[in-house]
Amino acid sequence: MTKYILKRLGMAALTLLVILFILFLLLEFMPGSPFNDEKLSPDQIANLNALYGLDKSPVIRFLIFVKNVVLHQDFGISFVIKKNAAISDMISSRIGITIKIGLQAILIGTVTGIVLGVIAGIKRNTIFDTLTTIIAVLGVSIPSYVFALGLSYYFGYKMRLFPITFDIDDTVRSMVLPSIALSMFVIAQTARFMRMELIDIFKSDYIQLAESKGLSNLKVIIRHALRNAMIPVITVLGPLLVGLMTGSLVVEKIFGIPGIGSLLIQAIQVNDFNVVIAIAFIYSFLYIFVNLLVDLLYGIIDPRIRVQGGGTNA
Amino acid sequence: MLNYDKSRFERIFRDSSNEREILVHNASFFQDTLKRFKKNKGAVVGLIVITIVLFFSLIGPFMNSYKYDQVMTEYEKLPPRIPIVEKLGILDGTIVETKTKARAKINPDYERIVKEYVVNGKEMVDVERNIYKEKGFDDVYFWFGTDTLGRDQWTRVWTGTRVSFYIAFLAVLIDMVIGITYGMISGYKGGRTDTIMQRVVEIIVGIPRLVIVTLLVLVLNPGLMSITLALILTGWIGMSRVVRSQVLKLKSFEFILASRTLGSSDSQIIIKDILPNIFGQVLVMSMFSVPSAIFYESFLAFIGLGLQPPMASLGVLISDGYKSIMVYPHMLLFPVVILALLMLTFNLLADGLRDALDPKMKEE
Repeated sequence: MTKYILKRLGMAALTLLVILFILFLLLEFMPGSPFNDEKLSPDQIANLNALYGLDKSPVIRFLIFVKNVVLHQDFGISFVIKKNAAISDMISSRIGITIKIGLQAILIGTVTGIVLGVIAGIKRNTIFDTLTTIIAVLGVSIPSYVFALGLSYYFGYKMRLFPITFDIDDTVRSMVLPSIALSMFVIAQTARFMRMELIDIFKSDYIQLAESKGLSNLKVIIRHALRNAMIPVITVLGPLLVGLMTGSLVVEKIFGIPGIGSLLIQAIQVNDFNVVIAIAFIYSFLYIFVNLLVDLLYGIIDPRIRVQGGGTNA
Repeated sequence: MLNYDKSRFERIFRDSSNEREILVHNASFFQDTLKRFKKNKGAVVGLIVITIVLFFSLIGPFMNSYKYDQVMTEYEKLPPRIPIVEKLGILDGTIVETKTKARAKINPDYERIVKEYVVNGKEMVDVERNIYKEKGFDDVYFWFGTDTLGRDQWTRVWTGTRVSFYIAFLAVLIDMVIGITYGMISGYKGGRTDTIMQRVVEIIVGIPRLVIVTLLVLVLNPGLMSITLALILTGWIGMSRVVRSQVLKLKSFEFILASRTLGSSDSQIIIKDILPNIFGQVLVMSMFSVPSAIFYESFLAFIGLGLQPPMASLGVLISDGYKSIMVYPHMLLFPVVILALLMLTFNLLADGLRDALDPKMKEE
């Protein structure tokens, strides 16, 4: 087990380092210099370069870059969006709302998805099953931003139940529509997965054993089937996070939410490289972290996985 | 013992007259698959819809005289109007506006009241206004309306759909070429090669696709080129993993050993023995990567990282239409419907193919 954990940790660290390296390369080769004021004389520029350590060799600069990012969460300053503002401050004031909406979407999505999946799995080939399948197919096929647009048009504009754009004075109601729009994808994925798992489990020997021992249906479902079906659902979390990330960009744009997704879009549009790179790093970090967590959790819960080597040989 | 009337039975002997004629021919794998595929209604409907959309994306832009980037400011923001259909009261070049009754001045030439009601003590009316009549364009028809610059939406929608099909084709091609090759080498060679190749895959998988695309756009300019590159960089990972695990499994089978004993070279084994056995899964897998690729292009265009106007793709059109969703919902409606339809039908098609190629999955 220790070996497995160490291997996964090492892989995650290596991936993170590769990302940092790519980001560093991009910063290096990006056109322009931070000191492009025409009034500066060559001497002054040399002084500034020395002050910020830009005269050192690339290897040392890379190490400094890694140290700043990893130890101090220091991504430098923004050049365009907010001149000379520290990017870490810009991000920390915005990341809260992005994570909050993401968590709400996961919560709404997994609970609804699991309930739908369980109903469909138990009542197979009934109207509930068909309905769940339809919801699952639609949820996977229709892009989250189409949902978001539809929701904002009908519930925001036509029925005026919720604010169309984000309202700082009424954050609770403002977050309803974005969370629902994001959760559709989650619902579809979990429902589909849960249904498949349950159907598999109902065919297994230990369920037959439990039934033949005379346990009530409810007990069989709750004590034996559900418990085992819940474990693999953890693995859906990784792909879900990707969906949430792309979804957050779009949903934040549509509803005008001041999160890091809309900051990224803005930064790309005005070419604020430092900000883009900082957010790219944060997204990658989140992604690697969650995937690591899922793998480790799964390894702990289900011993078969770590013997096979982390599910990579799937 | 049973009591029965022996006279009701008669002994017969075997001859050609009572031998049952074999009516069912042995179905080949392909015929079997086709039969199962045809039974799946969703998949068949999906295939038909995809064909229709493909047809219009090829022919549609030539069905009228407008160009996709032709700006005609005199025709800006017109709602859809289609001859013959307009007599049914839909797509007739009208929009409905809500006004207070006191403010509404009805010009009977092109306006009429469709609904009167009271909200918060105020008398409101819904007024249906025929923009074409109001502006005097009696013989002008824009089937899907026009956008804010007066470009013909019909031409733009179908031109944009072509981009989606290009992406779909690209996704399949990348899966088939890069994904299969990579997975095949990794799985077949095994050992050290496999370890190194799998570490590379793990690193690429560890970086979210969104980040890769974002960085590519920073280096290149947003457009079809950076999307294509992003797909080439990341699109084949899933396929390579499936191919690798299949090859690993097949490699230990006896028929491979037999083939090797008979003197087949590696390339013969791969092409003649392994590829045909994984083809079904490969096909299904590549079909599943199509909807996600189509979605990705439109998503990038929507957040401003994809194609840029005046180029048209479904994402560009949705992004444009969304800006005026409250006033001119028609600008959004058509591209959204076609995008959703494409993704849905490709999903259905892939599902159908999977069930048809691998009946075991379905019979569970």
